Amino acid sequence: MSPIWIAVIGASVTAFLNKYIGHSVPEKWLDRPKVKQINTLVPIVLLSALVGVQTFADKKELVVDQRLAGVGAALLALKFKAPFPVVVISAAITSAVVYQIF
Amino acid sequence: MSINPKTSAVDRTALSVAFTVGLYGAAFGAAGVTADFSVLQTCLLSLLLFSGASQFAVVGIMGAGGAAISAIATATLLGFRNALYGVQMAPILKVTGIKRILAAQITIDESTAVSTLQDNDVDRKRGFYLTGIGVYIFWNFFTFLGALGASKIGNPSVWGLDAAVPAAFCGLVWPRLKNKRQFIISGSAIGLALLLTPIAPAGVPIITTVLLAVIFGWKK
Repeated sequence: MSPIWIAVIGASVTAFLNKYIGHSVPEKWLDRPKVKQINTLVPIVLLSALVGVQTFADKKELVVDQRLAGVGAALLALKFKAPFPVVVISAAITSAVVYQIF
Repeated sequence: MSINPKTSAVDRTALSVAFTVGLYGAAFGAAGVTADFSVLQTCLLSLLLFSGASQFAVVGIMGAGGAAISAIATATLLGFRNALYGVQMAPILKVTGIKRILAAQITIDESTAVSTLQDNDVDRKRGFYLTGIGVYIFWNFFTFLGALGASKIGNPSVWGLDAAVPAAFCGLVWPRLKNKRQFIISGSAIGLALLLTPIAPAGVPIITTVLLAVIFGWKK
């Protein structure tokens, strides 16, 4: 088997195990006030971290480029309570325009 | 189940998230073929692995001549947050057997994010499945197109796709930030992830921010 096949199959197996293990945690472990408070914060920190990394990271380097302009446009749209598709489209257009200009 | 984006806010969010993120699958398809993966291998990653960041890591590392084991390790680390999402979703979905296997496969950033934004369990379930299945369909469809047309798509930056994905995540995190404390938590998570990006292996900067959830959740 070629290395690429090993990577494809191996990474697919571990990805599924990650997903499945989470679903199999006994409910009584989670039924504590502290755990619940932590649990509601988990999406906030992970999604925020994703936004940060996807906006500024280029592999292991931090860069400021057209993506920041796009995300800025998205935040502005959110501030004005724009619906989701408008948020995303304004980010894409802004980023594409800035990319073309510079 | 009838899907009606005109009358149902959950459906509207789920479908627009699914389409936006799915579109980015074209960029993955192109990246796979560019990294010398066959069209079949590229499509299998979207069908089986089905977790964007991990998939990009696999083709990125293998394309740069890395070892299969480091591709697998990085992808696993990046996908660990899906385990945390599973922890969130299990008490809401309450599924077992084959249904749990299927639900697990579509447990990703987007499906969990749309689901946990809803205010009752019926909408939470609907949001999870609609977003998860929607992303699955669009992501795989566009992966295939991207893999076939790799040379024609070129650079995703030209289309603004590189900003569309973080913007989509902004749209999913924004409604959760209801007070100053939550803004501080969000800002700290961004700061910590960026601080770790140059020094830690891929995946570590994002998953480490869970420590902030533990610290802030514990204190309150």
